[in-house]
Amino acid sequence: MPGRLARFLLTGLFALFLLFLYGPTLTIAVLSFQGPDGGLTFPMNGVSLHWFGQLFATQAVGDIGAALKRSLALAAMVTATTVVVSLAAGMAFRRRFPGATVLFYLTLASLIVPSILVSLGIGLLFNLMEWEPAWYSSAYGAQLTWILPFGLLIMFAVFNRFDRAWEEAARDMGATPWQEFVHVVLPIIAPSVVGIALFGFTLSFDEFARTLMTAGNGNTLPLEILGMTTTVTTPVLYALGTASTALSFVVIGCAILGMRGLRPVGRLRPPHGPEAQ
Amino acid sequence: MQADVELISVTKRYGGGAVAVDNVSLAIPPGSYCCLLGPSGCGKTSTLRMIAGHEEVSEGDILLAGRNVTDMAPAQRGTAMMFQSYALFPHLTALENVAFGPRMRGVAKAERLKRAGEFLDLVQLGTMAGRLPSQLSGGQQQRVALARALITHPKVLLLDEPLSALDPFLRTQMREELKRLQRELGITFIHVTHGQEEAMALSDIAVVMEGGRIVQAAHPREVFERPASAFVARFIGGHNVLALPPGSFAVRTDRCRLVPSGGQISGTVTAIEYQGAAVRVVVACPDGQAAEALLPDGLFHAAPVAPGDAVSLGWEAADAHLLATHHAA
Repeated sequence: MPGRLARFLLTGLFALFLLFLYGPTLTIAVLSFQGPDGGLTFPMNGVSLHWFGQLFATQAVGDIGAALKRSLALAAMVTATTVVVSLAAGMAFRRRFPGATVLFYLTLASLIVPSILVSLGIGLLFNLMEWEPAWYSSAYGAQLTWILPFGLLIMFAVFNRFDRAWEEAARDMGATPWQEFVHVVLPIIAPSVVGIALFGFTLSFDEFARTLMTAGNGNTLPLEILGMTTTVTTPVLYALGTASTALSFVVIGCAILGMRGLRPVGRLRPPHGPEAQ
Repeated sequence: MQADVELISVTKRYGGGAVAVDNVSLAIPPGSYCCLLGPSGCGKTSTLRMIAGHEEVSEGDILLAGRNVTDMAPAQRGTAMMFQSYALFPHLTALENVAFGPRMRGVAKAERLKRAGEFLDLVQLGTMAGRLPSQLSGGQQQRVALARALITHPKVLLLDEPLSALDPFLRTQMREELKRLQRELGITFIHVTHGQEEAMALSDIAVVMEGGRIVQAAHPREVFERPASAFVARFIGGHNVLALPPGSFAVRTDRCRLVPSGGQISGTVTAIEYQGAAVRVVVACPDGQAAEALLPDGLFHAAPVAPGDAVSLGWEAADAHLLATHHAA
């Protein structure tokens, strides 16, 4: 056990860490409620929802609504692709197949390559081929180079802890491979699949570096915000930040409630040994 | 009578060339309780999994009730397996777990839940039907696994170390129950274990395995009284394995007595263990061999010895069981 002093210091350190982590977000959230005459910095000049209202009004520069729609659509596409492909690949990698190791390292490599290079490369490729880069083609591909390997790595971890005896038991009782997947594998790993979906959505929704050179003419929300920071000088930016943070919390909250709806699974692996009594 | 389960020169070779099961042949008569017994790595679990169809057979054939099932899917064989980890589906209740087999075969919901309820009653878990596996104790989980295996009406039930995860008290209780179920259902049970006590308590045929081969397959009494090799005698326990002229032999420790002089072997007492009804006396001989005597407590207390005492160990000549020269050892 650490001494009293050590515990005091560590608690202090942890509090500082939390402040560092959430302080900026909180500051922005507070400033987004600036009065109509308020500026980008403290002091607060009254309290109002004025800037949230401004979000939906036409901006001098930037089109928040269109960017938000693009970002949501792109995140949905990336999420769906990540879930389906990582699930299928996770299943495939459970047995050895020729080239498995090479494929695995290739997948990892795309995580390691600096994001801006990937972005630049894909942008260049589209240029060379004289294709029009767009959020739904080049940016979609660029985001997948990052998010899909993450999903796959999570899937590996999930299947690593997956007891093959479950599948053997299902087969023993006459399940076809498809029934095995639908009635046994999928329900057991469902919480992890939801997790991958959430993760993929979040990563895509605020992806910046890989989208920068690949989004073409239609900006995603993070790109639009970047554009606005250089020209917009009102707290509407803060309102946007607060609103999108709130949206993330809502999505996560819904996911947690949804998981509650699924049956509690308890331990992933059945208990072994006498301590299981 | 035709055997229920017949293995004909079955061999299991793994990818790296390692041989897990080496040319094993075995015939198990209908309605028997058969224990596959041996230390870890002896091939007993691989053998069981090949019978179940969860492991491919490298060479040889497996016959169930005269039908060659070597290349059949597990569910077509008429076997059911109870897994060591129980492998209960964590997202399904006890009742739904038991109903899983009928569900996969397309039995209507009301019908399969009713049947599952009956099988839960059979293992005395009718009141736990709505619980998830994580809400059941280890012993209860095992009963659910048993009911789930039996609902498919197997001709042969395969059990992979079913008692190893239970505490000693529950183990004895479950052992009785397994034997009762087997007797009542009249089907063949094949039970993998590394515990000789378990095998002796349960089996009609004890199959002792070593290094992927069967070294003896017989009624446990036969195995205990006439072990086929030094390995079997040591593994089954309760034997001294000694090398004295004219050769190597086994003698049961409970047939050995301390004699004042003129015993077959002499040495110094190195340990004394009180076991309640009996006392175990370990004797080290000058030539490096060790032997022990399991004495009824009355006999020991009538003439007690202490560690360090020089003693002589004797037995009836008829109790010494000569062992064939064992090539594998």
